Formats: sequence, C-alpha cells, structure tokens
Amino acid sequence: MSSRTALYDRHVALGGRMVDFAGWEMPVQYTGILDEHRAVREAAGMFDISHMGEFFVSGAASTAWLDGLLTNHVAKLAVGEAQYTLLLNERGGVIDDLIVYRLGDGEYLLVVNAAKIAEDAAWLRAHAVEGVTFIDRSGEFSAIAVQGPVARGIFQTVFEEALSAEHNRVAEIRFGNEEGFAVTTGYTGEDGFEAVIPNAAAGALWDALAAAGAKPCGLGARDTLRLEMGYPLNGSDLAPDRTPLEAGLGFFVDFTKGEFIGRSALAAQKEAGLPARLAALAVTEKSPPMRSHYPVWANGGLVSETCSGALSPTLGHGIAMAYLPAALAKPGQAVEIEVRGRRYKASVVKKPFLKRD
Amino acid sequence: MNVPDDLKYAESHEWIRVNDGIGTVGITDHAQAELTDIVFVEPPKLGVTFAAKNAVAVVESVKAASDIYTPVSGEIVEVNPALDSDPALLNTDPFAAGWIFKIKLSDPAELDSLKTPDAYRAQIAG
Repeated sequence: MSSRTALYDRHVALGGRMVDFAGWEMPVQYTGILDEHRAVREAAGMFDISHMGEFFVSGAASTAWLDGLLTNHVAKLAVGEAQYTLLLNERGGVIDDLIVYRLGDGEYLLVVNAAKIAEDAAWLRAHAVEGVTFIDRSGEFSAIAVQGPVARGIFQTVFEEALSAEHNRVAEIRFGNEEGFAVTTGYTGEDGFEAVIPNAAAGALWDALAAAGAKPCGLGARDTLRLEMGYPLNGSDLAPDRTPLEAGLGFFVDFTKGEFIGRSALAAQKEAGLPARLAALAVTEKSPPMRSHYPVWANGGLVSETCSGALSPTLGHGIAMAYLPAALAKPGQAVEIEVRGRRYKASVVKKPFLKRD
Repeated sequence: MNVPDDLKYAESHEWIRVNDGIGTVGITDHAQAELTDIVFVEPPKLGVTFAAKNAVAVVESVKAASDIYTPVSGEIVEVNPALDSDPALLNTDPFAAGWIFKIKLSDPAELDSLKTPDAYRAQIAG
C-alpha cells in the first residue's frame, strides 16, 4: 500500500496521472509534461513535494553533531540561512543529498529525499549523541514548491509579505491558523520558494497558490527541469558507491571544518585522483529522448551508461548525465550514446545544460 | 475518445485503413492520450517484411518509450515523413496527419481478426 499526501484528492480532481514514486502515489503530470515545464520556465508552476522528509534537530550540541555528519559547514549558517549538503557513509559514498535550514540557535530543519527518509533517520539515530534531539516529523508536514519567474509575486499575494530576495533563506510563515516555513530553495533553476506547512493547511494553501496563478506541475516536469540545470537526483545520479567529488559536488564539501563521516575517504580519493566524474552530455544530432541506463561510448569503447536523461524541452535536444572515466569527463570530449542499437553523437558540456543570464 | 467507424483496430491500440491492398497504420486517439506528449517517432525500415503483431516502430513521450505493433503481416512500403520534424502530429491528428507507416498486406484475411470500432470502444471503456 503506497502513501498519499494531504493533496492526493486535489491531484485526482485536477486529472493528475498518478504513479508510484518512492512508495508515494504522486502526479507525474496533469495537462502534460511539456506544458508544465514551460509554465515553470516562463511563469510559475507548483509541485506537491509533501513526500519529502522533514527532520528537526535541536539542542546545544546540534551544530557540532550535524557538522560531524554532513559535508557542508553547518556552523557557517546564520539563523534564517540554509545550505545544500550531503550525508555520507564511511566510504564517502552518498546516502542522501539534503538541505539544512538553521531555524534558531541550535535548531535545524533538514529536508530529505522521500525515498531516503527511513534510511536517513536510522543513520542519524545510530549516531545519536547527548545534547541533541532528533525528531522525524515527515508525517506531519506537507510541502509545496512554487517555481518560476513570477513565483515571488505569488508569494506576496498569498502570504501578504515579501519573499526574501536571497536564495537559501528560511522564514516562518503563517497560513490560516497554521505556522510553517517559507524557504527560498528549489530544484528547477528558477526563482521561487518552497512552503513547508502542517498537513491541515496544505489543501487551502494549494488552492490559494493556484488562484494566485501557480500551475500544478507533476514529477515529470520536475525531472526535466532539474536535469536541464544538471542537478543530480539521488538514486539515479547519486549512489552509495559514488562520492560527492565524483558527482561534481565538491563545492558542498568543506574539508576545512574538521572531521565528518566520509571525510577521510574523500581526502584519500582527492589525493589519489578521481576515478570518474559525473559528466553532462549534450546530444549533438537529432535523437530520441535520452533515458537512464543507455550505453555510453567513447573512442570506440564502451565507457559507461547514462544515469539520467531527457529530451530537453527548453533546448530541444537530448541531454544526459553519466559517470565517465575522469580523463573523458572534460568539456568538448566527444562521446556516443546508444539507443536501441544505434549510437547518437554527444559531447561533454559544462553544467548547467540551460545557461541562464 | 474518437474511434472512427471506417477503421479496424488492434488490441494494442493501432488502427489500420486498407485501400487497394495497402494498409495505413497509426495509433488511436486513446493511445496518444495515454502516451501524452509524443516527442520522437522511430519508424519501421522501408522494404522490410514483418509478421502481424510484431513490434515495428517506437513512439516516445517525454516519460517513456512504447513499441508500435503492425496489426497485419506484410512489407513496409512507406513511412510518414512529416513525423520526423513533427512527432506531435500523433497527438494532434492521430487518425490522419499522424499516420505512421503503410504496409502491403501479405494476408488480407488477417483483417478479419482485428477489432471493429464497437469492439475497440468496449475495450477502452473497460
């Protein structure tokens, strides 16, 4: 039996095509992925992301505890700031990628991937220390991401206050009688926010956002939007046997902050040289949509397989990501991606695929 | 859903219209609605002979690739050149401009085993 978010009835009423995603019945699309993708790039779309997990961490020792578990530097966050970070195993492999929000002194919100809630929570509990309280409140909270060039105006209309001008900020919000958080983060490359609110307020907030002009969008568009930006998806592009350095996420690993789980493995890998890197591949001829697990060829040999792929709705050509041997993972490197026995020409490009001004 | 009365249908959601021993084949309105935004069509190879119910072409939406089966046996004699630049014709005009291929029937009796419009309507209603 899969789970349903507080917005399930609305998805069905809107004609959402429901699919299983990480044990949740989620809409893959309503009117169409291309239409929804365009709405986010040109105006504003909203996504039910209630399936994602919300963890709360508090206590005097919580900053040091999180800094011992996460790759980015939690102690650098001022109250109201957020950062993208990774939770690693001892081998430096990725358990999950997440965002940590500093809500107050020694008080944090972690938003984690739906498929990893149980695993992340078990890992954090296994590393529990005195002076830190960890609570998984995923079941109590819903979340709606509103993304697009006009998302900011929608926030103003619905919450009657201005959204932070800066990215990676978190602020308390009130909607009806419920209190939650507005965060200026997202997974599309567009301006916007994510509202994390108690389940009781989710339906009314969804309706208010729709009335203010946010178009309901499904997981299909969420995937093409994130892929155009080269953002990794855990489970496809991130894995327990791949480090954040290989994934090109070294920016989010702070070696200067002291010890954290996975640090020594990452330091050793950095010293020895990376065996592979997650490369962005742009198809340079007319092709079918790229998808995961397509063979990747270079210099006449089979070198890898794609971990994510799409036909970029904005760019109009195939895009994919694949771990390539480090020597091949350089912009300009020619590769071929095989689809049903035919190879299509592609080239390694710098992320993101979709260049913004 | 539109199910034109002058066509025969396969359970796998293709339609066929036969004139002078040549069958024109496409996918139904129901199929295009299920597949959603079609962004790529890989047509069958010209001159190749296929048996009925074999996968001969691939239609891809943003989200998934789907095989297209020939409802009858025969030789591929034409493919729709317009789909190369405009695969969305399968969504916008599935029974006319969005046809996929033409096949020279080797056994016209196979048409009798295909579904009538009413039988196909019953299938997609169920």
